[in-house]
Amino acid sequence: MTTLSAGKRLKSAVCATEIMVIAAPDGDVDLCCGGTAMGDGESNGGAVDADHAGGTAIGKRYVNEDGSLEVLCVKAGEGSLSVGGAALNVKDAKKLPKTD
Amino acid sequence: MNTMMLLEMAMSGFGDRVAFTDPADGGSITYQELYDAAGAAAHDIRESGASRVAMLDVSNIAVPVALFASGWAGVPYVPINYRLTGEEIDALLARVTPAYLVTDDERLPHFQDRDGVDPRSRGTFLGVARGGDGHAEQRSMDPEDIGVLLFTSGTTGIPKAAVLRHKHLVSYIVSSVEFMSAAEDEAALVCVPPYHVAGIASTLSSVYAGRRVVQLANFSADAWIETARHEHITTAFVVPTMLSRIVDALEGEKTAGMSHLQSLSYGGGKMPLSVIEKAMALFPDTDFTNAYGLTETSSTITVLGPDEHRAAATSEDEAVRRRLVSVGIPLPGIELEIRDEDGNALGTDQRGEIYVRGEQVSGEYEDRGSTVDTEGWFPTRDAGFLDAEGYLFLDGRADDVIVRGGENMSPGEIEDVLLAHDAVRDAAIVGVPSEEWGEAVAGAVVVNSDTPANDDLIADLQDWVRGHMRSSRVPERIVFWPELPYNETGKLLRRVVKAKLTAPAQNVRAAMPLLYVADIERSRAFYCDQLGFTLTNRWDADGRLNWCQLEMEGATIMLQSAEPDDLGGLRNGHGDIALFFLCENVDDLHEQFTGRGVDAPPPTVAFYGMRQLSVRDPDGRELCFEHPVSAA
Repeated sequence: MTTLSAGKRLKSAVCATEIMVIAAPDGDVDLCCGGTAMGDGESNGGAVDADHAGGTAIGKRYVNEDGSLEVLCVKAGEGSLSVGGAALNVKDAKKLPKTD
Repeated sequence: MNTMMLLEMAMSGFGDRVAFTDPADGGSITYQELYDAAGAAAHDIRESGASRVAMLDVSNIAVPVALFASGWAGVPYVPINYRLTGEEIDALLARVTPAYLVTDDERLPHFQDRDGVDPRSRGTFLGVARGGDGHAEQRSMDPEDIGVLLFTSGTTGIPKAAVLRHKHLVSYIVSSVEFMSAAEDEAALVCVPPYHVAGIASTLSSVYAGRRVVQLANFSADAWIETARHEHITTAFVVPTMLSRIVDALEGEKTAGMSHLQSLSYGGGKMPLSVIEKAMALFPDTDFTNAYGLTETSSTITVLGPDEHRAAATSEDEAVRRRLVSVGIPLPGIELEIRDEDGNALGTDQRGEIYVRGEQVSGEYEDRGSTVDTEGWFPTRDAGFLDAEGYLFLDGRADDVIVRGGENMSPGEIEDVLLAHDAVRDAAIVGVPSEEWGEAVAGAVVVNSDTPANDDLIADLQDWVRGHMRSSRVPERIVFWPELPYNETGKLLRRVVKAKLTAPAQNVRAAMPLLYVADIERSRAFYCDQLGFTLTNRWDADGRLNWCQLEMEGATIMLQSAEPDDLGGLRNGHGDIALFFLCENVDDLHEQFTGRGVDAPPPTVAFYGMRQLSVRDPDGRELCFEHPVSAA
C-alpha cells in the first residue's frame, strides 16, 4: 500500500513494466503489476501471477473502474496492472487530429 | 513528470527512427541519438552552473537537443525571439542570468565577455552533445519543476515570461497525442519558430508520436512548397499568414499536387474564410484542422477537426456553416467558460472573455505569480463566444493586443510614439482584420487645430513610427477624427474605434464624405418633401430629442447633436441641421440634388460639433469612410 501522486514513477517487482501516475485518488492505493505490489523495482524473486499476465503496452494509459486512478505505461512488461485485485483497463484514447 | 520521459519512451519504443531533419545542412538525428545527445548536453549544462538555458537561434537540430537536455538537467529552457532588436534581446537575456546560451556563429561574438552569459555556438553545443557521454545523469521527476519560460508580449508592452511546468507540458502531450501513432514514413514540416509555443508543442508531440520533423528555419511560401514536395511531408502546421502566402504562391494551379499531405493544421490567429476555402480547394486530399491555444495553456486547447471542416463547408444550415470560422471544441480534459466583465458566466452566443481550465493550463508568469483563480480558471484575455453545440468562436482580444502575423503587439506602445509627434493631439491604435496578416495595425488620430489633416501627414506619421519602432508597428491605415470616443471615466472606447475602422471595405462609398449643413426650417420641407428623404426624430432615455434618423436611398444616417434639444428637429450647437452625403466631391454632392430634380444647393460643406455620426446601409451595416469628416 502506498500513496500515489501525479508524476510518481513505479516499477513492477516481477516484470519490466514501469508506469507514471497521471492522476490518483487520495489515500493509500494498492497498485499491483503481475499480481505484486509496484514499488522501486526491487525484485522480490516472485513471478507474474497467471491471473495478471495480460501484459502492459508502452504509451497506453490505464484507469480503474471509477477513473480516479490513471497511470501511463512508460515501459512495457509481461504483467498486467490491478488495484485491489481488480484489473485496470486501457483508457480509450479519442482519436484527435494532429494540431501542432 | 518530466518532458525527458517522453523522449525516453520514444527512444525505447522506436530509437532508430529519424527524429529531426534539417534540410538547411542536411543533418538528421534519431531518437536514440537525440536521447544520448540530451544526456551529454544535460551534463554540460549542469557543469556550467547556469540557472537557465537560453536558445537564440533559428530551427535546427540543436533546438530539440537543448529542449530535452534542459529538462534532463532540471534547468528551465528559454527560447528567445531572434527577430527582436539587439537591445530587446539584451534586456531579455539580462532577466535569465546566469544563462547557458546557444546561438549562431554570427551572434556569438556579441555575447562573449558578457556578465552572467555563458555563450556557445550551435556547432560547439552540438559537438559536446553528440560527442560526449553523460546519459547516466540523474533527473528530477518533480512535476512542479519549470520546463520552459516563454516570453510573451502583454498589454503593457513589456514581455512577460510565461511559466510552463513539466506537469503542464507532459499533461498536454499525454492527453492529446497517442504514443507511437505515426507511421514510419510520416513527416511533419515545422516552420513555426522555436520561441513560439507551437514550436515547443510540435517538438514534444512529434517525438511522442514518433513522427519525423523536417525543420524549416526561415519561412517563405516557395521554400515551404518545395520542402513539402521534396520531403513528402504528411503533416504541417501553419499560421494564417503563412497559409495565405502559400495559397497566393499556388495561384493559377488547379491543385497543389501534394496528395502526400494528409493533414494541415493552422492556428495562432484568425483565418480569413476566403483563404481557408481556397486552401481546401488546392489541397483536396488534405484534412484541415484549426487549433486554438495560448502560450499559457501549453498550446492547443480547442480543435476544429477535418470532419467538422467538411460538415461545415457542405452544410445548408447557416449555424453549422459558420463553424468553418470557429476554432472548434475543447480537447478532452479542457473546460471553457465565457464570462462578462464582472466575472459572471454568459450563455450561448454571448460574447465575453474566454476562461479555460485543465491540467495543461499554467496561467502563471515569472515574478507575477498565477493568474488562475481558486477554482482553476485562467482568464485568456481573448474574447469570444460558444454556440449551442459548444463550438468556440474568437472575437478579438479582451485586452486589445494586436496579433499581426503571429506577432503580438501592444496598441499603447504605438500610441505613445504617435503622441510624441508635434501634430498629434490624441491617438488610438487598434488591430483590424487583414487577409495577409490576420490583423493589421490601424489608427485614428486627432490632430492639433493648426495642422492640415491630409495624405502628406499620414505618410509623415507612418515614417515617424518607422523611425521609432520595428516596421511591423507602422499603421497601415491612419484616419483623422475630430475626437476619439471615451467613456464617462475617461477610458478610451477602443472597441468603438475598432468597429468603425473594421467596417468592410466594400461598403466604402466615398473617399471624402461631405457634410452639408442647412438651416432647420428649410430641412423639413426641403429634404423630406422635395427630396423624399425620411426624417425621424429619436429621443434618448431621458426623453430628450437628440437623435435624428435620416433615411435616403441606400443608407440610413444617424445623427446625434452636441446639445440635446426639444425644438422639433435635430440641431447642433449652431442651430443647423447636418446632413451627411455619400459622395466623392462637391460635384457629386450637387448631383445628389440635381438628380432629384431640384436646383443644386450652395456648396456649403462644414463640420459643426457633431458628437456622433453613424451611417448604415440598408442591411444595417455601418459604412466606413477612408477619411474623416472635416471642415472645408
